[in-house]
Parts: sequence; C-alpha cells; structure tokens
Amino acid sequence: MINVIWFLLVSIGIIYSVCTGRVDTINNEIVISAKSGINLVLELLPMLVLWMGLMKIAEKSRLLEKFSSLIYPILSKLFPSLKSKKAIGYIASNVAANMIGLGSAATPFGLKAMEEMQKENSDKTKASEAMITFLVLNTSGVTLIPTTVIALRLAKGSVNPSSIILSSLIATFISSFVGLLIDYIIRRSKR
Amino acid sequence: MNLISTLLIPLIVLIILSYGLKKKINIYDVFLDGAKDGIVMTFKLAPAVVAMVFAINIFIRSEFIYFILGFLKDFLNILSVPLEVVPMALVRPISGTAALAILNEILTVYGPDSYTGLLASTMQGCTDTTIYVLALYFGSINITKTRYALGVGLCADLAGIIASILIVRFLFL
Repeated sequence: MINVIWFLLVSIGIIYSVCTGRVDTINNEIVISAKSGINLVLELLPMLVLWMGLMKIAEKSRLLEKFSSLIYPILSKLFPSLKSKKAIGYIASNVAANMIGLGSAATPFGLKAMEEMQKENSDKTKASEAMITFLVLNTSGVTLIPTTVIALRLAKGSVNPSSIILSSLIATFISSFVGLLIDYIIRRSKR
Repeated sequence: MNLISTLLIPLIVLIILSYGLKKKINIYDVFLDGAKDGIVMTFKLAPAVVAMVFAINIFIRSEFIYFILGFLKDFLNILSVPLEVVPMALVRPISGTAALAILNEILTVYGPDSYTGLLASTMQGCTDTTIYVLALYFGSINITKTRYALGVGLCADLAGIIASILIVRFLFL
C-alpha cells in the first residue's frame, strides 16, 4: 500500500511538472526535500527526547497505569482486541494530548502506543486491527481547541478568533465518528 | 481556556516528577534512560520521514491539485462551495504545513471572518494529516501492509470536510 502511494505521489508530481514545463521547480524540490525531511526529524527530536524521558518516569512509577485504568472502560470498547494496559495508557495519553492541542507532545505517546501494540501483533509486517482503529481515531483529529488556527486568525485581525471552536468541534466529532463507524463495520464483516 | 492550556503542561510535568519521587524512583536516572530512547526513536523515524516529505513536497510543488480542481469546478459551483477552500481540503490529508500555508493565504485575501475564511479555518481544525501520520506511525514499527487503514482514514477526512461545509453554513450564514 505504502509502495503505491509513495510511487503515485512522486510520479504524478514529476510527470505533471514536466508536462506543464516547470521542470526547474521540481528539480529544486528534489534537492531541497531531503533537507526539509531532516529538518522535520530535527523538529521532532527535542519533544521526543523530553517526553520520552518524562513518560519513562510516569511508566516506572505506575502513574501511566493509573491513568490508563481510569480511561480503560471507554477505550477497551474501542479496542476490544487489545490486551496490553500499557498500550491503552499510551493511546489515552496520545488522545488527551491531541485534544488539548499539544500535537507535538502527542506524537511520542502515539509512537509508544504503536510500539506496545506491535508486541501483541502476530504478523509484524501487517497492521493489526487495534493499530488501525488507533490511527483512525488519531488522524480524524480529536482536537478540542485548534490553537494554531486560532492564533493565525488572531494574527489576521479577526474580531472573534475563537468563533470557529464550535464548528471545528462538531466537524471533528463527525469525522471521528464516521471513521470509527466504518472501522467497526469492517472489523465486524471480517469475522 | 487559554490559561488552562498554558498551565496544563507545567502541571503535568510537576505531577509526573513528584509522583515518581513519592514512589521512590531515581527520577533523574530514569529520565535520562527514557530520553535516550527518544533519541534512538527519532533516528529510527528519520528514513520514513525523509521518504514521505520527499514524495509529498514533489507532489504539492507540481500543483497537480489545481489540475484536479479544474474538473471539480462545475460540480462545486452547483453546491456553492467556495472554490478557494478546495485546494486546502485536498492538501490537508497529505501535509499540515502546506494546508496551513493555503489557510494563511485565504485569511489574508478574504479576511478571517468571511464565510470563506470561517470555512477554511474550520476545515483546518477538523482533521489531521492522514497520509503523513500513517507513514510515520507505521514506518516507526516497520509495518508495510497497512490494510484498510488509509481508506478509512480518508473517508473520515471526507466526512469532516462535508460536515465543515454544512456546519459553517448553518452556524454563520
């Protein structure tokens, strides 16, 4: 799957710019893109180092476990196949961080959650059901306060920058609900 | 609301540290241990991130999306969807920064409180960069068979976009 997407993005991009006579732009982009990629990695680095350190403390002190048992009753319904409490804890932390708009802190939790889910996965190259449910939940963006957008609206002189909170919230909710519903239907139909 | 979110991180840090100390954990050593994992993980991620940014940037810079827009034009006019937001909606699942750049442009040109501005702001806030997140998260644990993950993710994005159009029209018009 990733093979196909990757190939399509690159080949459509190159062929279309050759056809429209903008080979130069794409030529430049190929050179620059690796640098942009590494820059993104470097942007991730500080948050990953800091939060992995803090979360290790939370893990060792069993604070993470406490937090996950709090939220376990809800999440275990979404992830019926998942046995690891640690994974649930990381999923809960990821969702919580996303909700309050801490996207950069959410990433380390999400990656840890994937790592924990991989331990239970029977085929290590194939996505498990729990992983897919988690990613659907994650990518449909459960954000309570879209801080970046509000900041940008403020900068552009909006009279009420946070007026979009309600509309975003409803849209986010619908998006997550539809995603989880389709995911649920697929899981059911496979049985 | 703003105060809560600024207070939250310091508070979480404080809770984690004091709880660790209470449970008699060598918090400093454990922190260093975890931080080391963070470095290892970042470098494990690097290949997947570079690969994806490479493909995404080439795709976006080719402006192929505006080519697709040409076909959708008539259809969207019937639904009275402002055409300006469509490139943003199409880019959103691939790249957060690219979508933010388009949002920035829309807000500058049409104003943040216009119908177009409100719709674009809502769309940006309602989903995440599905393709990038999938590549990052699956890449981090070397999963290549992603099964139905992308399909469901994109359906959720589409639902979010349609919902944004309906809700903004209902709330603000």
